[in-house]
Amino acid sequence: MKLEQTAKIIRQDIIRMLAEAGSGHSAGSLGMADVMTALYFKILKHDPKKPLWDHRDRLILSNGHIVPVRYACMARTGYFPVKTLSTLRKFKSKLQGHPSFHDLPALEASTGSLGQGVNVAVGMALAAKLDKKHHFIFCITSDGEHDEGSTWEAVSAAHKYKLDNLIFILDRNKIQISGHTEKVWPLEPLKQKYQSFGWKVFEINGHNFNQIISTVNQAKKIKGKPKIIIAHVIPGKGVSFMEGKHQWHGKAPQGEEVTQALEELQ
Amino acid sequence: MKSTRDGFGEAIVELAKKNKNIVALTADLTPSVRLAEFEKKFPKRFFQCGVAEANMVGMATGLALEGKIPFASTFGVFMPNRCLDHIRQSICYNNANVKLVATHCGLITGPDGATHQALEDIAIMRALPNTIVIVPCDFKEAKQAVKAAAQIKGPVYIRLTRPKSEIISKGKFQLGKGIVLKPGQDISIIGCGPILHEALLAADILKKKYSIEVINLHTIKPIDKNLIIKTAKKTKRIITLEDHQINGGLGSAVAEVLSENYPTKITRLGVNNSFGESGKPEELLRKHGLDHQAIIREVKK
Repeated sequence: MKLEQTAKIIRQDIIRMLAEAGSGHSAGSLGMADVMTALYFKILKHDPKKPLWDHRDRLILSNGHIVPVRYACMARTGYFPVKTLSTLRKFKSKLQGHPSFHDLPALEASTGSLGQGVNVAVGMALAAKLDKKHHFIFCITSDGEHDEGSTWEAVSAAHKYKLDNLIFILDRNKIQISGHTEKVWPLEPLKQKYQSFGWKVFEINGHNFNQIISTVNQAKKIKGKPKIIIAHVIPGKGVSFMEGKHQWHGKAPQGEEVTQALEELQ
Repeated sequence: MKSTRDGFGEAIVELAKKNKNIVALTADLTPSVRLAEFEKKFPKRFFQCGVAEANMVGMATGLALEGKIPFASTFGVFMPNRCLDHIRQSICYNNANVKLVATHCGLITGPDGATHQALEDIAIMRALPNTIVIVPCDFKEAKQAVKAAAQIKGPVYIRLTRPKSEIISKGKFQLGKGIVLKPGQDISIIGCGPILHEALLAADILKKKYSIEVINLHTIKPIDKNLIIKTAKKTKRIITLEDHQINGGLGSAVAEVLSENYPTKITRLGVNNSFGESGKPEELLRKHGLDHQAIIREVKK
């Protein structure tokens, strides 16, 4: 199946899961559906049957609130049955509202409070260097998360230790709960900021599979410094009434909205 | 004389010689937390994190999740306090095998003043799920505690101190097992850390009039319920002693055990809802009613 088709299924899963759960983060999950599809179905070195295989690439979701998109990708690649998706956010479910390592070790680390997965990813990259292992550590981080000082501490640390096995993918959807990122807490110029911190920076359209894949391949080859791919994405991508709307940051669709969203995602 | 932080510095070097998974991190306080020797001997396993404690805690978590045994160390006022959210989510919720070693705890940190005297850390760390909380009373016990921590899988918090202090510990350190430093019949003093020296002094001065039992409760969590109940049944009068806020610390932990199991009259000696200040350790302990004179006054009440 083409990645475009797969991403559509992932987006449908997200809508169904969130509708069933009655709460959750729609816009961010849909916005990153293409990047996550590319990672799980094409880029990551992983084995759903052996989730803790030592040589796997690590993927940390530092902006843990968009975990529905990760759960959907995990189900569709065979980590657990697709029907488990309907348990999202429910009592006793492995699919906690925010990633729980304890419930699902393949998540690599529990995240949710922002500006923490980034630091853990740096530690994992250091450990891989110490052990001379060759896997990559991918860390998805949100733009809103760059309000946090601890995110920039991680950025400094990765530079200090020249962690070229670390690749950040920035979910640059330009919204956070209270509105447009540049109004809430100005972040730009992000590219120059990262460059001045000693990182190699790429910018891509996060809905273009060729760009996503070729840029990751390029990033992998660069030695001696950490890399970030700023993925410009549209929050709520694929569902017209959600696209670009910060009001859908932390809201789940219901009733007619679900029907319309699923129709648009056919 | 040596300090409890010296005990950490020696123990981690000895541990690292035997186990290549031991790594150490600090936030720009290499000499203060006694990691200079470790850095010299194991430069590749030493991570200087700069004045960025939250990231240090996160990095330690990442290292632990990949199989290392990281000891992250800085002053108690910065860790847990400054990076509490990271300790809670990254270390405790992941149940990551990170050892947090906080030095410069308590009023006895002295001249640096209130900003550098951690007085709430026990309360904070014992409230978090998955934690073990240890407060060694001297150099020797600190060494044993650090070695014991390396054997445990999961988060351990070790509270250490700056000044050199008397060797007062007895016997072998066993996690979760308090130690009777001096047996007695009339009153029990339960404490932790180097301040226990004051309790021993008071017991000695009063020995002709009162038989005082002094207990070193080096592990605050998990707490030694049996020993606390046993001593309470014997003396029926408890005084707790700690260089820490009385709210939520060792005194509170002992009071919880007693009120649920064997209600006993208890007096908690500790810092009472205030900050410290600059001064010599003995001046500060006197001001806050934590030296042997204050203990004697309390016993005589």
